[in-house]
Amino acid sequence: MVDLSADIELSKQPARVSAILAFARSNIFFVIAATVVAIFVLSAVFAPLVAPHPPLDQDMAAFMSPPLTENHLLGTDSFGRDLLSRTIYGARYALAIGFGAVLIGAMGGLIVGMAAGLSGGVTEWALMRFIDALLALPSLIMAIAFISILGQGVDKVILAVGVALIGPFSRTVRADVLQIKAQAFVEAAGLMGVKRLAIIWRHILPNVIFPLAVQATIRVSYAVLVSSGLSFLGIGVAPPTPDWGLMIAEGRSFVSFAPWIAGVPGTALAILLIALSIVGDGVREHFDPKLRKQG
Amino acid sequence: MTTAPIFRLLDVQKAYEVRAKGGSLFTRAKRRLRALDGVRLSLGPGESLAIVGESGSGKTTLLRVLLGLTQPTDGRALFREKDIGDLAGTDRDRFCREVAMIYQDARGSLNPRMSVLDLVAEPLDHHKLCAKAERRDRVTALLTRVGLAPEMMSRYVSALSGGQLRRVAIARALASEPSVLVADEAVSGLDVSTQAQILQLLRDLQREMGLSLLFITHDLGVAAYLCDRIAVMYLGRVVEAGATREVLKAPAHPYTRALLNASPRFFAPISDPLPGEVPSPIDLPPGCRFAGRCVRAQSDCHTREPALTPASPTRAFACLHPLPFSEPSAH
Repeated sequence: MVDLSADIELSKQPARVSAILAFARSNIFFVIAATVVAIFVLSAVFAPLVAPHPPLDQDMAAFMSPPLTENHLLGTDSFGRDLLSRTIYGARYALAIGFGAVLIGAMGGLIVGMAAGLSGGVTEWALMRFIDALLALPSLIMAIAFISILGQGVDKVILAVGVALIGPFSRTVRADVLQIKAQAFVEAAGLMGVKRLAIIWRHILPNVIFPLAVQATIRVSYAVLVSSGLSFLGIGVAPPTPDWGLMIAEGRSFVSFAPWIAGVPGTALAILLIALSIVGDGVREHFDPKLRKQG
Repeated sequence: MTTAPIFRLLDVQKAYEVRAKGGSLFTRAKRRLRALDGVRLSLGPGESLAIVGESGSGKTTLLRVLLGLTQPTDGRALFREKDIGDLAGTDRDRFCREVAMIYQDARGSLNPRMSVLDLVAEPLDHHKLCAKAERRDRVTALLTRVGLAPEMMSRYVSALSGGQLRRVAIARALASEPSVLVADEAVSGLDVSTQAQILQLLRDLQREMGLSLLFITHDLGVAAYLCDRIAVMYLGRVVEAGATREVLKAPAHPYTRALLNASPRFFAPISDPLPGEVPSPIDLPPGCRFAGRCVRAQSDCHTREPALTPASPTRAFACLHPLPFSEPSAH
């Protein structure tokens, strides 16, 4: 017995490394997507260091210059602003809105879903009909309604998209709560005499938070898309903020003869969205107990 | 038994209102389903009692009444001479600490997001049975007691086998230093060798720690191994009760006989199963509820309902025409 455990101790480190390598090999798309997301996040965080120009600087000598022009790797827009720099700065807004909105939506969904799942009866019915009402409106339309009340701006977009996400999140939370509430370990805790709040805190919440976190990673890409849609429609972030949706909208009029103005932020958006969904799916597949192989 | 019983059930009845077929939308015809119908039982300190019966016999309802999860509709369920449903304050704390439950679904009864250490320590923490510093040692001792290596502490439920799960569940039950262990089919679904290990563990624990054991099972062999006393249930009623050895050697009630016959034996053809089906507890036939399936039924069985009557200090049964059984020889 003692010898055995010593053996395990010795082989632990290499085993972990090789396990990671095996995981990377069998999930090559996940690794690529995660790298892409990491690059976006890093360039967003260190935008002032990475971007060749400030996002609002106009180069009077180079309006609408195509990609690979000297000094402007991805070209310039109709005001002579460097597209690469603006796209890099744009990642800041896209990611801030994406993660911020999901955070608000997940928190709201957690509260509403837990309340509905735990209360039961009339309270649950009322809460869920309220959520149904929220879900009846598409998120984009909901967000438009919120922004028309709150006004424009990044913080308002985060709030609007976040509130629009509360509906789907609270649905999944409630379903999880109902499922966990019926489990024997909740009854067992009650038999032990554990107080209801402690049961919720110690036994129900941890089992709800985890699937919620997985859901959240999947919905980040959706939040980014909705916020870009808002900006494209001209009601999200106000110009001259380097927001991708806004940049695509600005490039729309020139799309026949200067397609790169809309194309560069559009491509960045597409790449980020695809990478985010692959990462989200990967996280879910890896951590969902139903999909995970028992160790 | 001179000491006061820990659990006492006095003619406990549990009836559920069920909506019957027919009846219009507004005049819902309601009927009563009697899951328990006048059950009288007691469990003293250090005693072991097996409750045996087919599915639908009311075993689980009985358990829920004992644990205070459901209120009996009639009769009284007492824990140390106090109604289980009305326990409050220190009585309630005492009940929670002294009565430990081992679930049939061991995996479901353990929180998958807690490590074995936290699972076993939860009763310790909750009842404040040991100081924080001692916690780990206590869990180690408990795990060793149930035959698990202390290295298991950092594991999670998903990484444990069926037998290990039962052991963790037992360790957790023992953590609160209970006086009664209540186990619901605690060994079903395990392979035979693991089942034997768990049974042996339970028996040793019961004997060494002087625990009372209430074991619910459908397996007469398990009941015989583990428990001194047995109560056979049929359709919400105890039809035969007594010392396990005597009851199984010479059952007085035809239903007990039939259960014994139904368990397969080596090289013997499986005996004829009981004729007919368990009648629905909603539409109980008048008279003895077993009469419809009983090979010994006579005309009065269909009209008169037998009550559980003691035949000797150690035996009782509810049958009008019992099988011949020998009086226990004094030992």
